[in-house]
Amino acid sequence: MSTATMEHAPVESTGIPNGKLGTWLFLASEVMLFATLFTSYIVLRVAAPSWPRGWDVLNVPLATLNTFILITSSVTIVMAHAKVLEKDKAGFRRYMFFTLLLSFGFLIVKSFEYASKFQHHHYPATSIFYAIYFTTTGLHGIHVIGGILFNAGLMIWGAGDGWEDPLFAGRVEYAGLYWHFVDIVWIFLFPALYLL
Amino acid sequence: MSDHKAHSEAAHVKIYMMVFGALMVLTIVTVLVSYLHLPPALGILIGLAIATTKASLVATFFMHLKWERRLIYGLLGLTVFFMIVLFAVPIVDNHGLKPNIIHYDQPAAEEAHH
Repeated sequence: MSTATMEHAPVESTGIPNGKLGTWLFLASEVMLFATLFTSYIVLRVAAPSWPRGWDVLNVPLATLNTFILITSSVTIVMAHAKVLEKDKAGFRRYMFFTLLLSFGFLIVKSFEYASKFQHHHYPATSIFYAIYFTTTGLHGIHVIGGILFNAGLMIWGAGDGWEDPLFAGRVEYAGLYWHFVDIVWIFLFPALYLL
Repeated sequence: MSDHKAHSEAAHVKIYMMVFGALMVLTIVTVLVSYLHLPPALGILIGLAIATTKASLVATFFMHLKWERRLIYGLLGLTVFFMIVLFAVPIVDNHGLKPNIIHYDQPAAEEAHH
């Protein structure tokens, strides 16, 4: 097994590039943000006199589909980064395009879920359960949109002079780190809301 | 140098595909287990165990933590520590919190269709 690290311009004092350290610090703050919401969820659920089972009120098949979509997009973005390291421009563009396609797919499925909730007059104010549901999935959805913007920006930059930029590979890696984090949040949200 | 990198990338790609398969299988398992409608405590334990396994796979391989530097490990260790504190404080104090959080005459989600 190779233990070669994938680094770009590591800084001497830390041994890692500033961009990577910054990304991980940002993700650490994101962990705390979502952990706060999960804690609220636990406290509210434990305190509630009754709590609906996810499968009774939410669409498990659609959420399962979205889990598959997001996991696949994690693979495509990690492949996009691998293609950058292999200097395969067409490969990078292909995998980044798939990542964006899957990200939009996730949002489309999610919007169908939301639409059906609204049709049944289920809003954040309906109950504590729906308040938690809309807050957590909504914040996650905003993170997906943020990822789409950054990834689309990288694709455009990579099509132009970005491809030759020494920082390019690093930025694709950091975009991946963020995107995997968004995937991990969903990995916990999915069972917490739908399956338990 | 670049040859070596490309070679190690090929090895990584193989790992990515194995992790991909494992994540898909674990997703199917966690959904199937939920259809058993196990008692809540057992269901939560299994659901959380599977989710943690999946998250660890993503972090270890897709986020390259397996090949990462100690500084990042330290940073993440600190994050996990404070995350545990964040979870623990309200849960430990749940007894004091509980009567203040929810008004018991408020409808739960099931009864909320008016």
